[in-house]
Amino acid sequence: MSWLALIKPGDWLLILLGTTLVGASFPLFWQGGLADRAIVRQNGQVFAEVDLRSRRQLEVPGPLGPTLIAIEPGRARVLSDPGPRQYCVRQGWLMRPGEIAICAPNRVSVQITGRTKVYDSISY
Amino acid sequence: MTQSVIELTVTDQDRRIAWLATAAVALSLVDAAIPSPLPGVKPGLANIVTLVVLARYGWATAVWVSGLRVLAGSLLLGYFLAPGFFLSLTGTLFSLATLGLARYLPARWFGPVSLSILAAFAHIGGQLVLARLWLIPHDGLFLLTPVFALAALVFGTINGLIAAKLLSDTPPPPEPDHA
Repeated sequence: MSWLALIKPGDWLLILLGTTLVGASFPLFWQGGLADRAIVRQNGQVFAEVDLRSRRQLEVPGPLGPTLIAIEPGRARVLSDPGPRQYCVRQGWLMRPGEIAICAPNRVSVQITGRTKVYDSISY
Repeated sequence: MTQSVIELTVTDQDRRIAWLATAAVALSLVDAAIPSPLPGVKPGLANIVTLVVLARYGWATAVWVSGLRVLAGSLLLGYFLAPGFFLSLTGTLFSLATLGLARYLPARWFGPVSLSILAAFAHIGGQLVLARLWLIPHDGLFLLTPVFALAALVFGTINGLIAAKLLSDTPPPPEPDHA
């Protein structure tokens, strides 16, 4: 008896339904889609909006000195920062929409955005 | 020899449950030995036993066999009362409840594969709920949902096929004539 003969019509229906649900769950749960832009802010003002398809480096001047930001296809990171604790540098690559690295002492931040806006927190 | 006050009579049903639970425990040991890329993603081979038992001996026996499997399996693998035990228990309870409802699906259209897929989804659903409420109280956990759902679909289908194969290869046992 072949394996396929063991699958009844309803089983096929359920496999199809399951596949559809699983397929739909990827964009649903990984909402925001792929990272496609990085917003670099200095002192609260947008310093640059960079497309994450290019590969480049950005130097953002701040009160402590220059913060170096690297842009690569699909991701971005803070390469170096004059701040004392280096939190934003150690955060590494940011690749999901909504992710943000903040170099507070130098007042520089890098945020990743996707097609849809995701909230980092919601309160009621 | 002193006659014991308490008489424990072992019925055929008890023996059968013990044998089937042993098979299920053995399969969960095999399961644990298979390396997994992500905690929670594993074949769940012991569920094949649950499916066969459900089809052959009914839901109550399936509950017994699964319950004993979770208990004995966790004791053997050393995670009894550890978080993994409660995850396992929750998943099993959810899938048993689902099987309890799904067994009323018309057998002409829905075979063990359907039951297996439904149980697998219920299993991972229950585990995600428990993990979210208790172990990792953060919505970031749900980012793993698609991966878990995919694993549930794939392994649910495979286990269901194996159970269907076992059921079609072995004829049902003669109806027991005892109570």
